[in-house]
Amino acid sequence: MTESPLRRTSLYDEHVALKGRIVPFAGWEMPVQYTGIVDEHQAVRTAAGLFDVSHMGELRLRGEYSAHVVDYLVTNDARRLVDGQAMYTCCCNERGTILDDLIVYRRTQDDWTIVCNASNRDKIVGHFARAAQNHCEFEDESDATALIALQGPRAFDVLVKLGPDAAKLRELKSFHFRPAVVAGVACMPARTGYTGEDGVEIFCPWEEAPELWRAILEAGKPLGVKAAGLGARDTLRLEARLSLYGNDIDETINPIEAGLGWVVKVEKGDFVGRAALMEIKARPLPRKLVGFEVTGRGVARHGYLLRDSDGREVGVCTSGSPAPTVGKNIGLGYLPSAMAEIGIPFLVDCRGKHVEAVVVKTPFYKRAQ
Amino acid sequence: MSQEVPADLRYTKDHEWARPGAEVAVGITAFAVEQLGDITLVNLDVKVGDTVAVGKAFGTIESVKTLSDLYAPVAGKVVKVNADLANKPERVNEDCYGKAWMLAIAPADAKAVEALMDAKAYGEYLKTAAH
Repeated sequence: MTESPLRRTSLYDEHVALKGRIVPFAGWEMPVQYTGIVDEHQAVRTAAGLFDVSHMGELRLRGEYSAHVVDYLVTNDARRLVDGQAMYTCCCNERGTILDDLIVYRRTQDDWTIVCNASNRDKIVGHFARAAQNHCEFEDESDATALIALQGPRAFDVLVKLGPDAAKLRELKSFHFRPAVVAGVACMPARTGYTGEDGVEIFCPWEEAPELWRAILEAGKPLGVKAAGLGARDTLRLEARLSLYGNDIDETINPIEAGLGWVVKVEKGDFVGRAALMEIKARPLPRKLVGFEVTGRGVARHGYLLRDSDGREVGVCTSGSPAPTVGKNIGLGYLPSAMAEIGIPFLVDCRGKHVEAVVVKTPFYKRAQ
Repeated sequence: MSQEVPADLRYTKDHEWARPGAEVAVGITAFAVEQLGDITLVNLDVKVGDTVAVGKAFGTIESVKTLSDLYAPVAGKVVKVNADLANKPERVNEDCYGKAWMLAIAPADAKAVEALMDAKAYGEYLKTAAH
């Protein structure tokens, strides 16, 4: 892999000013933590946290046939969306394995935004650009678009303080979005997130992100809102059992075994990967992604082998960490379907040490409604 | 960034500290703790009477973010193990130079600990290691 220089979001100086610890992530210099992963994690669960996720990719497709192009490239049914509605989906290749997981936003029938993972931006840009060719307009708007996530039970109490339009964002339904003015910044908040908490993810022009970021932190300070980094984002998403591309899902994994069958709509009509996914669905699954709790003394980490009680290798841990809210060491991993049942005990190979674990129900954490 | 480096201790490049004496107490430095973040598990894989060697892991420490090996700064025989850390890993975050000592080692070579970096040298080392 060629080393290209790391990029910085428009909020880089804010992260440094907040004493964020900066690490390389998917080609970007991003804050992994400010005050501490557990502290930031708890802030998101009890108040709210503010995340810079500007490194993610934003693609725009416009024109009469844009809806068809989008729907053909994703596994979920984009045709059921109304204007101002978004959906989570997988984007598969012809083999039915996962190129990326995305959020698809229908602005209008002829105007769509796609958000992809930073690590997959080039691949997904190429994939969508090729499909759009001769059918609709395509633009990679990533470099002009910042993305800030405000997540937590107090998120809307913060927004209330940021102007009359922002105050009304509480009325936004889950997985809906609309143009808004927050703290004087024209932006596009969506009621989505990656933490298991309520909140918004706000798109805004690249250079206006610092103003919006500072206004939210300032307004949120008395409510306990904190800047939160990638470390807390990972523990939060894991507790909520949200997949991380590159860990739990990748091009060797299909959505069905990953537990993402709910975003695969084979009945919707043709799309890339449909035939393969129909075949996968017609046969018993060899393996499944399960959630587990480490009951012995150890922490499961990405890449650790999973073994049956006789020590035979049976699977692999794809994500694992201490879970601050759950108070246990938890993980996700692939196990043979016969073992993928709640209550089944197995072993995590923590660098040679076989530590006891058990399959548990997921999500590990679910917020009170 | 925490750069606390007590003057009476000796240090390794792996950010362990050692307290000179007939029994050499060892632990990890404030810099190491800062890098690890919230510590959730300390596994000391040796017991009293075991021998430890320089550069060989005697245990592991897990934080929310990562796992790290614990290396003995000097070779010798383990004379004490801090069993409290098994159930109170947070002590490493709270008091890494005090209550969170990990082992006491009867050194095979009494002079070995003096050969480690002193506080001044370790302070200089941190300036180059801190990235």
